[in-house]
Amino acid sequence: MVTDVLGLGEWRARRDAFDAAALAEKLSMLRTASNWIRRSILTTIEGAGLGHVGGDLSVTDILVTLFEGVLRINPAEPGWPLRDRFILSKGHCAAALYSVLAHSGYFSPERLAHFAAPLSPLNGHPNRRKVPGVETNTGPLGHGLPVGVGCATAARICAEDWRTFVVLGDGELQEGSNWEAAMYASQCDLSHLTAVVDRNRLQQGASTEDTNDLEPLADKWRSFGWETHVVDGHSHVELLAVLSRAPGDRPRAVIANTVKGKGVSFMENGVEWHHKVPSAAQVEAAIKELS
Amino acid sequence: MSKQDSSIGFDCRVAFAEELVSLAQADPRIVAVCNDSVGSSNLVAFRNAFPGRLVNVGIAEQNMVGVAAGLANGGLRPFVCAASPFLTGRALEQIKADVAYSDFPVVLCGMSPGMAYGELGPTHHSIEDLAWLRAIDALAVIVPADPAETRAAMRWAVAANRPCFLRIGRTKVPAVSPEGQVFEPGRATVLRHGNDVTIVAIGTMVARALDAAQQLAQQGVEARVINAASVKPLDEATILAAARETRGIVTVEEAVVQGGLGSAVAELVSQQHPTRMRILGVTGFAPTGSASFLFDHFGLTAANIAGRAHELLRSH
Repeated sequence: MVTDVLGLGEWRARRDAFDAAALAEKLSMLRTASNWIRRSILTTIEGAGLGHVGGDLSVTDILVTLFEGVLRINPAEPGWPLRDRFILSKGHCAAALYSVLAHSGYFSPERLAHFAAPLSPLNGHPNRRKVPGVETNTGPLGHGLPVGVGCATAARICAEDWRTFVVLGDGELQEGSNWEAAMYASQCDLSHLTAVVDRNRLQQGASTEDTNDLEPLADKWRSFGWETHVVDGHSHVELLAVLSRAPGDRPRAVIANTVKGKGVSFMENGVEWHHKVPSAAQVEAAIKELS
Repeated sequence: MSKQDSSIGFDCRVAFAEELVSLAQADPRIVAVCNDSVGSSNLVAFRNAFPGRLVNVGIAEQNMVGVAAGLANGGLRPFVCAASPFLTGRALEQIKADVAYSDFPVVLCGMSPGMAYGELGPTHHSIEDLAWLRAIDALAVIVPADPAETRAAMRWAVAANRPCFLRIGRTKVPAVSPEGQVFEPGRATVLRHGNDVTIVAIGTMVARALDAAQQLAQQGVEARVINAASVKPLDEATILAAARETRGIVTVEEAVVQGGLGSAVAELVSQQHPTRMRILGVTGFAPTGSASFLFDHFGLTAANIAGRAHELLRSH
């Protein structure tokens, strides 16, 4: 895919405006962006006939806050060596990531209509060789944090100040590879690494607590040596504060409490909406709610 | 029984360690990644020369391979150095998704592969690695036969800028590579000419294949010996020429007989120039014994290679 130059111009102007704005204005911009992304997720999934709508809607405000207000990126040059790295470890929420990347100007939003279509670069899970803005190919769970640890280690070895952000699902914390990575990040004091857990409390078939209990989750991260914060994962003000905070001396974990299906009343907290595809009528009703 | 003495020859890990330091001196992007394997991967000299460029993640292979992918994302050129059974078995999904599918220039170095760990048993043998890794798209699978080829393959890997797996032997081997040979992927080396039968071998088995050819020559059979270090991509032209010009192909590898070198050759010739084959390798979990004992146990000896070549010719 080729970077969309028009979209980029829009992103640049928006980021400049964001940086110059007062907090209230920033929050308003983030709300507007989140609303756009949620609509995009719904129509993208409806069009493709597949997707993971529940987790897409729970992670939306985290992605929006990062891409609109935090990440040092340049969509005109996705391979810019000094960019911040963003990794969506829960790669099944590709429709949310693609929507955010399109919104940031990495490619035209019109491309979203090709999500999961035959030969489309927009596969059901992200591919870095086909989609600008994707740093590594995710999909199998428990892969993003180790790769993020590698990115943060590379920045350290090269004495560069770019940061690495990894967004994880809560269910995927049942994969042991995350804890291998968590131990090592702590061992190395990887201060420029932030892991954000989309804590929506539901995995594919049931709640995380009825499957393989994650709690006490914050204590787990703290015991692994991470500077740990617990925030409302739908509060842009809380997300912006914690994600834009300067690096400390430890790797940082942000447990973002979220609601699966957030923003659509009949999807919220419904385990069946993990990968159920909404009908046209349901999408219409959902978009009305978002309006 | 093999007449070969396993105490004679070279440990490819020594050449590997020296070459890694040399490459790292020339290229500041090169880093080493290991899993508490500084000693077993011979990384002490690297650590002493470049302490800030050694990433030792501890005993955590999944993290190790993911970290290597991330280091490559950050512009570095990681050599992952770990015992082959644990690198390939424990981190197979990371090799597939994070390295090969993500297309990062990570050099995966499977140390002490095959049955090098002898008496430590099948948990520590890496005999399935070739079958597993051959099935992964975009990943080159290279099995050097001696120290010179090990060095040449490493130099190629740095320049190639692609995902690759190098199998770095611990079992001592004699030098078999022609002087000054440059490694090229997809190019095999014909080490001995002959038109009666062909022996295609890799790694530790190349020297044994040459010995087998000598034994065959004493019996009036001229064997062509091919070192197919580049198991993937395979040198199709050289293998097909052997299929056309000789009366059969014997493959020999220190790996299971399913999915490795023998399978690669069979996949090719069965479709393009069918010929008789014998696939020699490891046929099951090994009993207790040294690597040398296990080579004998599984018939990975010059005498048995020659015998199977004879038997193949007789079966015509």
